[in-house]
Amino acid sequence: MSLQLSIWLIVGLTFALYIGIAIWSRASSTNEFYVAGKGVHPVANGMATAADWMSAASFISMAGIISFLGYDGSVYLMGWTGGYVLLALLLAPYLRKFGKFTVPAFIGDRYYSNTARTVAVFCALIVSFTYIAGQMRGVGVVFSRYLEVDINSGVFIGMGIVLFYAILGGMKGITYTQVAQYCVLIFAFMVPAIFISIEMTSNPIPQLGFGSAGSDGVYLLDKLNGLHEELGFSKYTSGSKSTLDVFFITAALMIGTAGLPHVIVRFFTVKKVSDARKSAGWALLFIAILYTTAPAIAVFARTNLIDTVSEKNYTDMPSWFKKWEDTGLLKFDDKNGDNIIQYNGNEMINELTIDRDIMVLANPEIAQLPNWVIALLAAGALAAALSTAAGLLLVISSSVSHDLIKRIIKPDISEKGELVAARLSAFFAVLLAGYFGINPPDFVAATVALAFGLAAASFFPAIVLGIFYKKMNKEGAISGMVIGILLMLFYMTKFKFGWFGGGAESDWWFGISPEGFGTVAMIVNFIVSISVSKFTSPPPKEIIELVDNIRLPNENDD
Amino acid sequence: MNKIKSEAYWKKNLKYLVILLSIWFSVSFGFGILLVDELNQIQFFGFKLGFWFAQQGSIYVFVILIFVYIYLMNKLDKNYRSRK
Repeated sequence: MSLQLSIWLIVGLTFALYIGIAIWSRASSTNEFYVAGKGVHPVANGMATAADWMSAASFISMAGIISFLGYDGSVYLMGWTGGYVLLALLLAPYLRKFGKFTVPAFIGDRYYSNTARTVAVFCALIVSFTYIAGQMRGVGVVFSRYLEVDINSGVFIGMGIVLFYAILGGMKGITYTQVAQYCVLIFAFMVPAIFISIEMTSNPIPQLGFGSAGSDGVYLLDKLNGLHEELGFSKYTSGSKSTLDVFFITAALMIGTAGLPHVIVRFFTVKKVSDARKSAGWALLFIAILYTTAPAIAVFARTNLIDTVSEKNYTDMPSWFKKWEDTGLLKFDDKNGDNIIQYNGNEMINELTIDRDIMVLANPEIAQLPNWVIALLAAGALAAALSTAAGLLLVISSSVSHDLIKRIIKPDISEKGELVAARLSAFFAVLLAGYFGINPPDFVAATVALAFGLAAASFFPAIVLGIFYKKMNKEGAISGMVIGILLMLFYMTKFKFGWFGGGAESDWWFGISPEGFGTVAMIVNFIVSISVSKFTSPPPKEIIELVDNIRLPNENDD
Repeated sequence: MNKIKSEAYWKKNLKYLVILLSIWFSVSFGFGILLVDELNQIQFFGFKLGFWFAQQGSIYVFVILIFVYIYLMNKLDKNYRSRK
């Protein structure tokens, strides 16, 4: 079967599956639309959370980023998994016990204030929109690369599919399509990884393979360190970022993960409190399968690539080299005219530019795997992008229809009316996301990583204090959230987009990058919240009782 | 009486949180970041130990921590309900 045909076939089959699930799981009440009727099994919810969480960036770009950064790439591995420990221990069970639909609903009720609710809605919208635009773009890119349609048509097809199952099924439809999408994406990620691990180290488990020796008896990582030193790159296993910055970036990603509304809301969908803990455990396990494989792929791909191209004759390059050159992801510029590829850490003599995405996308070809594996990879990348987009879409629509319309603007709206409002806001959110996917503003790529900083600086302290500090009142929480998110916005726009006079790396406060600054803004949020609460009136008695209640297990749960 | 039980439950929960989060902090921020250069002197199969903690070990420990917490809390919940 030709490559094109197998890609259309496999992608078509997975899409038919998602649509089938959507029709089977139509939502008929707001309870089903927002939180899937609170009847999702913890293992299924774990899978859905994993698919929700792992975006096109995790699937396509992360292994490549790590393979260029070496040790410094660890910030993403630890940062994007460690947050689940915080979620399971500090947030998920209590928010599930609280038992409402959204994060702004918790903030609004716990801080007995519609101002707090509105601030939370805006924080949720800012975080979710920066994120979703990148996902729609990802769908378009995968389509154009594998299915030979242009990026815009790819975005339209993606919009159509997401729209269909998100509007029809709400959270219920999204949950079960995400379960299917997780299966597709993890299978697609692991198959090439296992093949390549066997090829390079004769160990079928990639996690062990990249700590083993190759056919020459030298440990793979020692070999790669040697190659790096030879070619003027810094050692693969040690980093070049400062320890302080690595510390702060990791913390910002972890805390940001725990504060992302589209992740938190997944824990509202299970039946009981103990299931919220369980599904956080399963979610992390499912995520860890990909996240512990990615650094292995990074090492395999890096070694393979250097072995194949370095100091080799350009005319002897395999066919995939030429193919990826056509897409612009690989560029060879024969500076000294000797027709031999010099790949070097020194920009002056380096002749090869490699896009990070190639490490995952070209892997099956480099390892000469069959066509169906390449087709599977396309379906997996689409599953990753679509599942995340759908999860974000739901947060946007429920923030608008439930927290803004139902709770603030028009409290007497009927359940039917609210359901219509939810579907309408999902519809407009898709249009807006699609617009950004087709006309990506320059800052999208830069802000996706910063969405974590925003979530860490705004939601995390307000939720944690709401549960663990009874005396936290509305004045403290609101001023903390507002100052936290504004400080983060200020720092990222100053150093990323050059607003407020801009600044270079040497101007960073305490040498902390904008990616790591979320941690600082979070600490400021905590300090402001607690100080303000000391000087203002304590929360009313019924709020203290609410907090007491969410801390305890239900009487008759099992 | 109920109040005492509730307080005991919450105290125990907080104790678990402190212990588990200390481990969470040590394997990632401790072994994977602050002490990485020292641990990299130790060879662990084909890995330098600090590098292994940063890219593999910490993630395995995270998964184990959550499942340990699930186990502990399920036991604590059961205990809390039966003493009521």
